[in-house]
Amino acid sequence: MPLVRVLILNHMVQYARTGFDASFAALADATRRGVLEQLGCANASITDLAEKFHMTLTGMKKHVSVLEQAGLVTTEKVGRVRTCRLGLRRLEEEAAWIERHRQLWDARFDELDKVVEELKRREKVDGHKKRE
Amino acid sequence: MDTRRENEPAPTKNHTTTERKSERELVSTRTINGPARIVFEAWTKPELFKRWWTPKSCGLSLLSCEMDVRVGGGYRLVFSHPAAPTPMEFFGRYLEVTPQSRLVWTNEEGGDSGQVTTVTFEERGGQTLLVLHDLYPSKEALDDAIASGSTGGVGESFEQLDELIAALGTSVG
Repeated sequence: MPLVRVLILNHMVQYARTGFDASFAALADATRRGVLEQLGCANASITDLAEKFHMTLTGMKKHVSVLEQAGLVTTEKVGRVRTCRLGLRRLEEEAAWIERHRQLWDARFDELDKVVEELKRREKVDGHKKRE
Repeated sequence: MDTRRENEPAPTKNHTTTERKSERELVSTRTINGPARIVFEAWTKPELFKRWWTPKSCGLSLLSCEMDVRVGGGYRLVFSHPAAPTPMEFFGRYLEVTPQSRLVWTNEEGGDSGQVTTVTFEERGGQTLLVLHDLYPSKEALDDAIASGSTGGVGESFEQLDELIAALGTSVG
């Protein structure tokens, strides 16, 4: 049966449970909120962000690191440039989605096993006659 | 937390696998402890289907479930979720119905981008291997499904955070 919307909803609930504390800590700082807004418009390098917010590279690296640990930002280094973007990396997203899909069906199949077990027992009790 | 490997015996709990088999395909497998005849029955009778399709962990409550399990027949599932303001529906048609062996149905609530799902029931020594196969109309459709299930959720969470931050009286600056 269709899954996409269930997965979105579960992700929201799950994220709300596990991600909010770290998110709040990350968002307690005005600069970091500004960085998120900035990355919401376009990906940027740490150098870009440091210039934009009139900070040293080291200072900006620390802020980005806090955002990264909260799962709000991911970074990728290509050559000498570290690019920052919102959210999870594409491959991680796909792996996480597939794992949630698997968990949903695993839970369903556990319940299906219970229903099948009950039907099997009922057949025995009813003295089901084999027709082989 | 799942440390069991596939080739270890698991008399009570079988392992579920999910894999993206190709650009357009997603495949899940699981062995159920019962004959195909019974597993098929549990999949096609609404009163039985209702009991397993919305496990507690998925957060859904099934409000109604109509299934006309024959070729061309339709199904419609209405359910609620704590994070959804109004009930939602899943619906589609059965394209193939082969008792105890194979079911194929469409997923039409998302329009043209919906996948076609095939489930096969293969009996092996009193157990049934289920293979659930989702075929999306294009690579983009599956990519979009994955993207909307991932970043979509994050986006919603950001909105929720925004509201909370606004409520706390802080501002970006």
